Amino acid sequence: MTLVLDALAWLFSPERLTGANAIPARLLEHLFYTGVSVLLAAVIAIPIGYLIGHTGRGRELAVGISGAARALPSFGLLLVVVLIVGTTRAPLAAVVAFVLLAIPSVLAGAYSGIEAIDRRTIDAARAQGMTEWQILLRVEMPLGLPLLLGGLRNAALQVVATATLAAYIGLGGLGIYIFRGIPLRRYDEMLGGAILIVLLALIVDGVFALLQRISVPRGITAGARTRTRGSTPGPRAPMGSPIAYK
Amino acid sequence: MIEFRSVSKQFPDGTVAVDDFSFVLPSGKATVLVGSSGSGKTTLLRMINRMVEPTSGQVLIDGTDVAKLDRVKLRRSIGYVLQAAGLLPHRRVIDNVATVPVLNGVRKAEARERAYELLDKVGLDRALGERYPSQLSGGQQQRVGVARALAADPEILLMDEPFGAVDPIVRADLQLELNRLQRELGKTIVFVTHDIDEAFTVADQVVIFRKGGVVAQAGTPAEILANPADAFVASFVGADAGRRSLQLQHRPGDDRPLVVDRDGRPIGVLESTVEAAPGAGASAQGGTAT
Ligand SMILES: Nc1ncnc2c1ncn2[C@@H]1O[C@H](COP(=O)(O)OP(=O)(O)OP(=O)(O)O)[C@@H](O)[C@H]1O
Ligand SMILES: [Mg+2]
Repeated sequence: MTLVLDALAWLFSPERLTGANAIPARLLEHLFYTGVSVLLAAVIAIPIGYLIGHTGRGRELAVGISGAARALPSFGLLLVVVLIVGTTRAPLAAVVAFVLLAIPSVLAGAYSGIEAIDRRTIDAARAQGMTEWQILLRVEMPLGLPLLLGGLRNAALQVVATATLAAYIGLGGLGIYIFRGIPLRRYDEMLGGAILIVLLALIVDGVFALLQRISVPRGITAGARTRTRGSTPGPRAPMGSPIAYK
Repeated sequence: MIEFRSVSKQFPDGTVAVDDFSFVLPSGKATVLVGSSGSGKTTLLRMINRMVEPTSGQVLIDGTDVAKLDRVKLRRSIGYVLQAAGLLPHRRVIDNVATVPVLNGVRKAEARERAYELLDKVGLDRALGERYPSQLSGGQQQRVGVARALAADPEILLMDEPFGAVDPIVRADLQLELNRLQRELGKTIVFVTHDIDEAFTVADQVVIFRKGGVVAQAGTPAEILANPADAFVASFVGADAGRRSLQLQHRPGDDRPLVVDRDGRPIGVLESTVEAAPGAGASAQGGTAT
């Protein structure tokens, strides 16, 4: 109990707002790494996911990649990428690692969003004379948006959690308090840092949950869609799980 | 005029859905394809708007091979009512109806205005236009499907079991409405159904398929009822049970004749004779036995 109180005391001490390790600065770093990585992952994975979802080709490949990539240990991946890219370019290495970690979730969200749409709806759109682009833009993207946001949500949570490790290779972020606290046995600081990371994860999760809810097109009632293309259950981007994959 | 010239379709998995089919569907008439499940009716229908490409043979519309036409333009020029209504769930009913005109670049307000007129035409309350498809009953959705197919004022209307999801009463209602529309608009209609009574109600011309996409008989409802080509057709249309050959029976003391079946069982009374709508084979059912 005293530990928690100590951590809270550490958190709310006025010193936390000043100096090299001020919380706002570290928070911004953390958010920066998260934002940039998820954005890059989205730029890479959404078009691929849409291509797979729209054409129905390469689905097995995507499932395989997503599954395998999700099993990657984040810490190991980070260290390997740093070794490959070089310690002098640690920020680049960190972003590369985070992007790699974020891609599977975004990919799964993008293609499963399209795959979950009733095939008859898309068939009808095509039969009315929509071009393939119009089908993607006017039917598949709006109807697939909630699942895509679910994928982005998972990716963001994964990166928020993993960006803690950025401190280990000297890049700051909220993990700094934990990695600095360990050798010095400053448990109040370690716990305080951990609380900050948890809070950040909860807020990010909440924001995405809200976006997901708003993004469900009116006229769609949950569970009303049937007869999707996939017969083998691929990884759906699970919604509502606030814990990122390991 | 739609012409099938020795058309065959084999799907990649080896299923032969249609085998060397040749047939002409006259303009401005309703042709009904009827037959058991899996006999290739949907496949034939979808070859007309190139949703399915034949493996061999040609489909021609007014003499032009559809394979030479731009798919998207072709589809926009043909109304298609799908087996399941197939409406866009995230768009309001009115915008669903206006889909094709909007794709063709008609201003949204204008397209909506016309869409409301179409709701009237298919017998839907304008207020339903603001709803989403999931807020309509199955029968209402199918009417929306019909309105959508009519929106770009196509010459050809493809209808694949358009009234499958509705109860018999609403169904009869929709069939009569379709006859009225056909009379009014003079479209070339290709209509698919399992239901032989529906076929006779809607058709100028009926094509009865056997399993494997083989034509068992083609002709007007009256021709088929009067002379079923073989036992299969006879049993399919119910002629073998005597249900279809009706007679008038004058009984002493009655001012109106009775309509009776082959065994002399009364079906109803003869009220009057009706004009057959062009595109409606009402006369084929033996007057108005009610
Ligand atoms: N995409 C496809 N791939 C493989 N086989 C198909 C495909 N579409 C249809 N078939 C097969 O082709 C045959 C004809 O199908 P079609 O849908 O044209 O039948 P139908 O007469 O419309 O049947 P129903 O009355 O049940 O709607 C069936 O055996 C069906 O299984
Ligand atoms: Mg069919």
